[in-house]
Amino acid sequence: MMNEWDFFLHRLVPALNQGLVITISLIVPSALLGLLGGVVVGSLRVYGGPLWGRLASAYAAVFRGTPLVIQLFMLYFGLPNLGITLSPYAAAVIGFTLCSAAYHSEYVRGGLRAVRRGQLLAAQALGFSTWKSLVWIVIPQAVRKALPGCGNEIIYLIKYSSLAYVVTCFELTGQAKIVASESFRFSEVFLVAGMYYLAMVTVASKALQWIERRLAIPGFGTL
Amino acid sequence: MKTAPLMRVVGISKRLGGRVILDSIHLDLFKGQTKVLIGPSGGGKSTLLQCMNLLLTPDSGFIELEGRTIDPRNKRELYAFRQQVGMIFQDFNLFDHLTALDNVAIALRKVRGWSRREAEARAMEELARVGLADKARLYPAELSGGQKQRVSIARALAMDPKVMLLDEPTSALDPELVTEVLAVIRALAQAGMTMVMATHQMGFARALADEVLFMEAGRIIEQDSPTALLAPGSGTRTLDFCSQLAEGL
Amino acid sequence: MQEMLTVLWEAAPFIVQGAGVTAVAVVGAMFLGLAIGVPVAVAQTYGPAILGRIASVYVWFFRGIPILVLLFLFYFGLFSWIGLNLSALAATVLVLGMTSGAYQSQIFRGAILALPQGQFKAALALGMSESQAVRAIILPQALRLSIPGWSNEYSILLKDSALAFVLGTSEIMARTHFVATRTYQHLPLYAMAAVLYFLLTWAGVSGLRWLERRVRIKGYGEVA
Repeated sequence: MMNEWDFFLHRLVPALNQGLVITISLIVPSALLGLLGGVVVGSLRVYGGPLWGRLASAYAAVFRGTPLVIQLFMLYFGLPNLGITLSPYAAAVIGFTLCSAAYHSEYVRGGLRAVRRGQLLAAQALGFSTWKSLVWIVIPQAVRKALPGCGNEIIYLIKYSSLAYVVTCFELTGQAKIVASESFRFSEVFLVAGMYYLAMVTVASKALQWIERRLAIPGFGTL
Repeated sequence: MKTAPLMRVVGISKRLGGRVILDSIHLDLFKGQTKVLIGPSGGGKSTLLQCMNLLLTPDSGFIELEGRTIDPRNKRELYAFRQQVGMIFQDFNLFDHLTALDNVAIALRKVRGWSRREAEARAMEELARVGLADKARLYPAELSGGQKQRVSIARALAMDPKVMLLDEPTSALDPELVTEVLAVIRALAQAGMTMVMATHQMGFARALADEVLFMEAGRIIEQDSPTALLAPGSGTRTLDFCSQLAEGL
Repeated sequence: MQEMLTVLWEAAPFIVQGAGVTAVAVVGAMFLGLAIGVPVAVAQTYGPAILGRIASVYVWFFRGIPILVLLFLFYFGLFSWIGLNLSALAATVLVLGMTSGAYQSQIFRGAILALPQGQFKAALALGMSESQAVRAIILPQALRLSIPGWSNEYSILLKDSALAFVLGTSEIMARTHFVATRTYQHLPLYAMAAVLYFLLTWAGVSGLRWLERRVRIKGYGEVA
């Protein structure tokens, strides 16, 4: 019995906590950069004109149409073929960022598209400049439309951060794999690791709901 | 000897969300009778009709059909009872994935266990009765509001109900479509169907109702023949309400 | 350059054959997910409170844990713990299917909730039992409304199935990995695999769009 507690308290939990720190240090920059990239790509897809719009759409289609694990492998194992070597952490953050940007761009595009044309006309009729109508009329509406999708995307990112393990960045899942392989306690170890993810995902969804409620406008965007 | 009522509502009360919606309602319905429920919205008409079909279970009181008390906890009895009591909804509630014909036939097939052939033949008859034989193959989204409501009447009639409950069947219709639906209901009444109908169509009530029930705040506060309740100078709550309705129009 | 082309040319049949395994995993998981997702959604919407609770815990669990962790948990842990000795492919189908069931249930639940409630009432008023009404009236409509969600679910499953290589399932990704570690032509090989996944996504999504047109009802869902 003592042995069990020893294992959990002195082996498993410290290892997972160590992994958790790395997981969070993967998620935070990838989420922020991915969102930023998504706004840029999504805006290009709506307002970028034929050339940039097409390029941005192709980017989104490629990254949304292929598995993230392949994207990561190309960055980590493939780029050395071209003489570029990335650390596991860098490969993971770059991969996560590029992929989430593609998904975010979809919601950003949807949000921008959903702002009815009449709204822009009305703003212009009132003497708003293009820039001002963008800031005061379009963005406040588009953000609310895009929020649920983008928020979900960040929740997905929490889970997909586990893929960093396959490019040898030993975050939560990687640590769990190490502990499980040496102790042969696969069920217990991965259940506890699963709980770590469940906790993160649950907290993130609650936070998202809270933000959505804070920003809610009666009768707006009820789909 | 006085005949027994076909359907009885005995002391029904219902609370929803902590509010009393029905406050011990009594109602005796005789065969061939047409009763009209009127009163302000929120007065409990719709809840009463849904309780009469046991779509809502009353908190207290009970429903009797042909002298038998229905136990809503007995599922078999409940489903059999609902087949005998037809219900027409304000917003039609046609099944959107089925053609007009299938809307009428589906309960015959799934509930009565009829073959597709039998059910469709019967459904055609009922559609013809409401004047829609030529629309049998259309989907609800292809029908006008008045046509949808007539299909929903055909759907209820196909089950050979002993009683029909109609919950403001013309309220969701554009004014020019009201007449065609009222004509079907009038024909039913004249053919001897036993009916309870919530409506604001006072002309219709005056012409066809054996009795008008005025409902307010969960109670039936006036109950008499339309001529008595609507007589000028009678000073009834019903007359007052109806003149307000007329002004609103 | 010459060497790269030779490797690609020789590896292509081997890798493309993996598409068959990938297809088995994805289609198997889609159907298992459907078989789980429909009852879970019905339990959450029309079921008694206790069943609804259980269904919600199921959904919370499978939506909150990464596929990779679930694959390890079930294949190396729980399946053998309950004495189930499964091939890597079978384990992949089960884990992807259970996860997809959680996601699909939310697609159906959304579709069920999008239906006008009056139709359920009208079915009861005709004397149908609750389960008859769900089967004859609610599900045929909810399943139609779910097709766009399914198409999305298919492309997610296809991409997630690439993770099965960690169990040694011999699908596209595992085969590519196998060749890449022996030839060091990582970039072109993974690029080829990416193209293959891209084509499979496109094929499946087009297939589901065809299905959507096939079962369309006139004037229906155009407002939804």
